[in-house]
Amino acid sequence: MINIKVLGTGCSNCKTTLKLIDEVVKAKGLVVELDKVEDIAAIMGYGVMSTPGVVIDGKVVHAGGVPDRHKIEGWLA
Amino acid sequence: MFEMTADWLVYDMAGMRGSQLGDAAHFFVMDVSKILVLLTLVIYVMGLLRAMLRPERVREFIRKRGNISSRFMAVGLGAVTPFCSCSSVPLFIGFVEAGIPLGVTLSFLIASPMVNEVAIVVLATVIGWKMTLIYVVSGLSVALIGGFVLERFKPERWVEEYVWQIKMGDPQLETEVMTLKLRHQYAVSQVKEIVGRIWKYVLIGVGVGALMHGYVPREFIADFAGDGGLPSVIGAVLVGVPLYSDAVGIIPVAEVLLQKGVPVGTVLAFMMAVVALSFPEMLILRKVVKWPLLAIFAAYLATAFVVTGMLFNSLAAWL
Repeated sequence: MINIKVLGTGCSNCKTTLKLIDEVVKAKGLVVELDKVEDIAAIMGYGVMSTPGVVIDGKVVHAGGVPDRHKIEGWLA
Repeated sequence: MFEMTADWLVYDMAGMRGSQLGDAAHFFVMDVSKILVLLTLVIYVMGLLRAMLRPERVREFIRKRGNISSRFMAVGLGAVTPFCSCSSVPLFIGFVEAGIPLGVTLSFLIASPMVNEVAIVVLATVIGWKMTLIYVVSGLSVALIGGFVLERFKPERWVEEYVWQIKMGDPQLETEVMTLKLRHQYAVSQVKEIVGRIWKYVLIGVGVGALMHGYVPREFIADFAGDGGLPSVIGAVLVGVPLYSDAVGIIPVAEVLLQKGVPVGTVLAFMMAVVALSFPEMLILRKVVKWPLLAIFAAYLATAFVVTGMLFNSLAAWL
């Protein structure tokens, strides 16, 4: 199962990102594990300084700003 | 163009010419439309050009420099990177972890909200290039000198313990090839994000400016703001600190203050106090540093704004 983590300290962009990914996942009918990482040490551990960041299966695919819907679809293709 | 739109809408359509309400409404329509259009344009163009000036890269730029050049770099990059204050904490930790001196990091944190390219363009269009130059130069100087001054207090002892423990992973983010299409998408997302964040400050700022423009007599403001002497500049900073606004939102208020004859240094001190020194920002930084450093940080900024205000009030005759 794909594991997706949204890195963010609780800013509104982070929540939007989480919601957006959830929507795309549901629209595609996928089953994924979607986590939220709010601990700053853990976020920095991924080398991410600009939130929200997105990690898929342990790999950082995005950092800084809400990702575009097309971009999310690309990750899950 | 904006003036014509406002003329047509407020004076011709609504027939409000010559009244206080009309003047206020005219100011509101003109400044809101002007600022929102400029905001969108500048953010979009900068987004296209810059595309990927991420904090991770900024950190790399700064850490590779020597002592003095890293300071200029921090202030300069702070000025061109519109990071939202919610990124202050990861930025701070990332800089500390990279071994960047605390003074340089603090310089960056002062410069970042105070000066940015959007504010520069709006300021130059709404008020004029002279005030823009003064604002930018003094803003950057306050940030640069702040690094040196704050270092004297050995601020390291007030950094929260856990910050030193954090080990940052390698940013394994692949650098995408930025095609024009991707740049465009990035620019559009920047516009959405930044305008979405600061539109309310623009509306409030223009609203306050419009009310003052239409209803508050010149003599009253001139009396209230004083002659530009020390007590009035300190007063301007004290009024500005509890207020908080984005750098763009404060511009229409400054515009009216200048129109109503408030001395330029007093306006400058007020603008900086509103934009760069605020309680919410302090609370965010509190997550990484202890109160004594925050107190010194705030005291330095307040003093620097007063000094800047006094300096330009005394130079006003030559400006």
